Amino acid sequence: MLPLQWSIASDVREIEPIVHAVSHACAAAGFAEKACRLNVPVALTEAIANAIMRGNNGDVSRRVLVCAGIANDTLCVEVTDEGTGFDLIAVRAMSQDADWATREDGRGVFLMLALMDTVETWCDRGHTVRLVLRRI
Amino acid sequence: MGFVIERNDELLTVAVDGHLVVANRQEFKQLVLDEVEQGARRVLIDFTDTGYIDSSGLGALVSLGKRIREHGGELRLSGLNEDLRTLFELTRLDTLFHLYDLRSDALSGF
Repeated sequence: MLPLQWSIASDVREIEPIVHAVSHACAAAGFAEKACRLNVPVALTEAIANAIMRGNNGDVSRRVLVCAGIANDTLCVEVTDEGTGFDLIAVRAMSQDADWATREDGRGVFLMLALMDTVETWCDRGHTVRLVLRRI
Repeated sequence: MGFVIERNDELLTVAVDGHLVVANRQEFKQLVLDEVEQGARRVLIDFTDTGYIDSSGLGALVSLGKRIREHGGELRLSGLNEDLRTLFELTRLDTLFHLYDLRSDALSGF
């Protein structure tokens, strides 16, 4: 069980307090400043926003569960929505498309993968994205 | 968090104070589009006081760049710190926008 937990409505205004709390926990645990300023807040914002807007289709009656913890110099965050998930490999491959840089969307999963050490997804009573970042 | 706007004829400068993310990107985008509809053609977005930008914020910039070009204008970005430049380089958006270290550099000859 990860010690920090939030259950939020599918409202993007709910994202920032969680991101702030997790980034603060990373800073307190001695993670690098850049990780606390950039990697953690951006990747976590992407994961929660994706859960709200795509997983739950922005339906405020549907919940997003965020669980986070730091153990053995490693941050682990799990974001669970009520959707059916996405193909991580297919989404990752979109960044190879010739017009990717000029698209308005399609960078969220790419940024999660680029800024975290590990990104995993699975479906089990909802869809979960797990972000892992090790302290250097 | 908020946006500080300065308008001088066709020149629009918007300073992003805080983060440009999914929660405020629509407000930001509409603010700039309204000014473009009212004649702004040279648009500078200044990130000197910006924390981080997520994919929604980056997408808003791509969208605005297109709209401004369609109106015959130009979008420039200034004040990106190392973190923000990392985001632009990772997403290859550094090839799409004119990036300047300082607001004064971006305004020179604009």
